Amino acid sequence: MVKEIERAGLPVVHMCTIVPISKTVGANRIVPTVAIPHPLGNPNLSYEDEKALRRRLVEKALKALQTPIEEQTVFE
Amino acid sequence: MIKVVHYLNQFFGQVGGEEKAHIEPFVKEGFIGPGMALNAAFKGQAQIVATIICGDSYYAENEEKAKNTILEMIKKYEPDLFIAGPAFNAGRYGNACGSICKYVKDNLNIPVLTGMYIENPGVDLYKKDIYIISTKDSAVGMRDAIPKMAALALKLINNEEIGTPETEGYIERGIRKNYFAQERGSKRAVDMLVKKIKGEEFKTEFKMPDFDRVEPNPPIVDIKNAKIALVTSGGIVPKGNPDKIESSSASKFGKYDIEGVFDLTSETYETAHGGYDPVYANKDADRVLPVDVLRELEKEGKIGSLHRYYYSTVGNGTAVANAKRYGQKIAEELIKDGVQAVILTST
Repeated sequence: MVKEIERAGLPVVHMCTIVPISKTVGANRIVPTVAIPHPLGNPNLSYEDEKALRRRLVEKALKALQTPIEEQTVFE
Repeated sequence: MIKVVHYLNQFFGQVGGEEKAHIEPFVKEGFIGPGMALNAAFKGQAQIVATIICGDSYYAENEEKAKNTILEMIKKYEPDLFIAGPAFNAGRYGNACGSICKYVKDNLNIPVLTGMYIENPGVDLYKKDIYIISTKDSAVGMRDAIPKMAALALKLINNEEIGTPETEGYIERGIRKNYFAQERGSKRAVDMLVKKIKGEEFKTEFKMPDFDRVEPNPPIVDIKNAKIALVTSGGIVPKGNPDKIESSSASKFGKYDIEGVFDLTSETYETAHGGYDPVYANKDADRVLPVDVLRELEKEGKIGSLHRYYYSTVGNGTAVANAKRYGQKIAEELIKDGVQAVILTST
């Protein structure tokens, strides 16, 4: 899906936990996330800390969308 | 006695389903699950001495640590061969099988083998490094896979010559081998051309690699005025799953209106995905689809707006051709709606 959205002309950032799979499916902008069942959260944290973590990850994704790249790039 | 160590995930290792996908690797003496059939297929020529069982999510999330722990476990048995899976179309499992096989091969220098369905993402990652027997997309194919895996395993141990992918049943590794053909090249080429013109099936002798890469698009210049859309393969749906998106092999995607939605809660949203432990997403679906923080960013003027609809499907054993179609259709609608960039989340 990532690849087809990119092919259609929209910049897309893939937020996922298994980066090697994201690379094989052809995502160009990749933001690694926390864990498979909760990529954008961490149930061990308090509600506030968890939301702050999620916000940091989403801000990273927005930064990736604003960064010019030539090839597949992982935004750590 | 030829000794074999076998690797299985928590499911085939009979520990449990997704709720056990986080378990750390452990050793079980002898064989279990698919190992029983595999051991029988060796017909006394080899013996599974131990089985290593590891949760799929644990391996994917701790690959380096898991690899090393498992390698130490394997070493103790001084095996002559290492077999993982088969993983069929299970993505995390396929990734783990390929990864651990390559690591064992590189460090212990013994033959390794696994089995997967051709669309498993583990295939493209590891087919060049290791032998992967081509299997069906689900455990229904166990009966076909086991004899092929056992036969190739014995050949590898006995250092016999390995035939072509077709004869042995493994997935092409991109290795070219010289051989003496019956007829000269010019005749073979013309024969092929004639078949092609007649519309008959013909087999090329020189396959072109299939590089389907898409160039990255230019970045968003003015994010403060951009309309951003959310798409997910994590199966987040309004509570009750109104479109009945399947928990695996999804045949559709859903489009959901989130106007006026500022937070996804356990009362309003859930996941339809059957390939990961749903407890965390069902409690708070923002953990997969970050609507809450995007609303904040929208309010603060950090992004122009969050698109009124989000798109969702279940990425669990979904056929690549279907996923491709969903992606095309979603992109078409997003462009029509004036969306400028997409955040796609996966579990």
